[in-house]
Amino acid sequence: MINSQMHLNPELLSPEVKQEPIRSGFGRGLLAAGESNKDVVALCADLTDSTKMADFAKSFPERFVEIGVAEQNLVTVAAGMALAGKIPFVSSYAAFSPGRNWEQIRTTICLNETDVKIAGSHAGVSVGPDGATHQMLEDIALMRVLPRMMVVAPCDAIEAEKATKALASHKGPAYIRLAREKSPIITTDETPFALGKAQVLREGTDLTIVACGTMVYYALLAAEELASSHKLDVEVVNAAVIKPLDTVTIVASARKTGAVLTAEEAQINGGLGGAVAEVLADHYPVPMARVGMVDRFGESGTPEELLEHFGLTAPGLIERALELIKRKSHK
Amino acid sequence: MANDIRQDIIKMLVEAGSGHSAGPLGMADIFTALYFEVLNHRPKQPDWPERDRLFLSNGHIVPVRYATMARAGYFPLEELKTLRKFGSRLQGHPERLRLPGLESTSGPLGSGLSQAAGHALALRMDGNKARVYCITSDGEHDEGNIWEAVLFAAKNKLTNLTVIIDRNNIQIDGPTEQVMPLGNLAAKYAAFGWHVIEIDGHNMQAIISACDLAKAIVEQPAVIIAHTIPGKGVDYMEYDYHWHGNPPGTLETPGAPPKAEQAKVALHELRTLGGRIRSEHE
Ligand SMILES: Cc1ncc(C[n+]2csc(CCOP(=O)(O)OP(=O)(O)O)c2C)c(N)n1
Ligand SMILES: [Mg+2]
Repeated sequence: MINSQMHLNPELLSPEVKQEPIRSGFGRGLLAAGESNKDVVALCADLTDSTKMADFAKSFPERFVEIGVAEQNLVTVAAGMALAGKIPFVSSYAAFSPGRNWEQIRTTICLNETDVKIAGSHAGVSVGPDGATHQMLEDIALMRVLPRMMVVAPCDAIEAEKATKALASHKGPAYIRLAREKSPIITTDETPFALGKAQVLREGTDLTIVACGTMVYYALLAAEELASSHKLDVEVVNAAVIKPLDTVTIVASARKTGAVLTAEEAQINGGLGGAVAEVLADHYPVPMARVGMVDRFGESGTPEELLEHFGLTAPGLIERALELIKRKSHK
Repeated sequence: MANDIRQDIIKMLVEAGSGHSAGPLGMADIFTALYFEVLNHRPKQPDWPERDRLFLSNGHIVPVRYATMARAGYFPLEELKTLRKFGSRLQGHPERLRLPGLESTSGPLGSGLSQAAGHALALRMDGNKARVYCITSDGEHDEGNIWEAVLFAAKNKLTNLTVIIDRNNIQIDGPTEQVMPLGNLAAKYAAFGWHVIEIDGHNMQAIISACDLAKAIVEQPAVIIAHTIPGKGVDYMEYDYHWHGNPPGTLETPGAPPKAEQAKVALHELRTLGGRIRSEHE
């Protein structure tokens, strides 16, 4: 059952559900953060429109810094500005930042503990026709291993807006993962959000799906279908904050359902699934399966074709959920 | 030939529904010169060990490379229709493992020149006389990786390396001189120890002569700074950075026809060379 305390979009399961790119929420959140705090600055690497920094740049031209196509310079200039008391948000495509500039982030942002917020847009295979080079799938793993780095992957534009505002007042390094294509609006302004907290969007007793980003919607669809066609009662947890992961919520859910499936539009190694597996191994091991890109690169195609091909939609999740239920009952 | 290639590019982009217009149109003359005059290559034997190598660092302009390769006989023209489609060998950004004849995978900017330099060094170690060509863009000169390669190639006196820069003065966020001024690229390369040649990148004879001249330079790598017009051949696209990453039919810009007409207008203009010759369909 959908958790009524989450105040989700009532149209969520309708085929006409409103859609918006997750990155647009980042753009609104950044503008709002800029309005409420004059120390917020924005830096971009020649992708101002598509990473949704354009509104901030227009409203606060004196606080917007164009870096050009130079992602290593992007994060290190930002680190220097943070050392002078600014709160820099930096953006590019995730493949290039944090894809290209990892060591600079490690030393000048994490080891230095500077207040830089890295926005990686166009994450996942749903980037589509641009192909493998532009479809970032390793960013969660790359950012998650860095000490002091917070990692956030919002499930819709509304959550992205809330997360961006929250990050502006959170002290320390953070990464926010954004997607290119329009995706369904799942939450509302009333849906609770807190850095470090996972949300139980749907309550169930047979199986838990822990998802982040674009996969949260498919997890909810899969849960509905598993209820109506298979009489299975599935719990869906939105782990928008992948690090620090909300151990309490995830372990409590695993205790209740006894099986956990994870879902992310990212490499299966080292991402959200890895993080959940680590937590469960430490606290409460249960049968588990991970849905993601299975140690391979993406390719050109439409977003829909690619998501379906790689099993990153509701049918893909249902298949894996049914296998997992079998494993659980054999135990 | 370059004009046919420009028409191929427009058709491919329209069919794909996404992709880059300005860079590929601007580089059609240079690709034509390379594949039909300059490169020592065998389209039917793309892994021929003695072939000249062409590294494309600014991978987003790959539609011009695909179209030229098809015209040169690497694969059927028909296949150009599959650009950016699921299962295609013609990925949105070039992938070496998918299509024979591509020397490397690119798209993320700034890393092609280092690979070309490393390749040139390795060929020299092996006594292989093939030349290495590398095409880069002006925008990607914002990347430090490019300048690291510029130092490296000069240090190693890579005389078997010819670099061609697409100096079209645009990138995504605007004119290069506003986004991140590059200033006098020729003076910069010269100061780094390179032999610099500047040409009009639409003058076929100048392109071929510059490539010949580059081969004759001793002790230094050579760079050809090719001044090009982004969107060359399609009036409403020329010089306008908004057409960097958009195909015809997707954008309203000052002076452009309505979206539904854009592909037709572009093809007509190319077919008639801007009204100077009658179209075969008229
Ligand atoms: C490392 C990296 N950063 C950012 C991008 C996104 N990007 C693609 S093309 C481009 C503009 C580069 O300028 P230029 O190559 O001169 O563009 P053109 O003249 O072809 O329009 C940018 C920023 C990228 N492909 N790679
Ligand atoms: Mg350019």
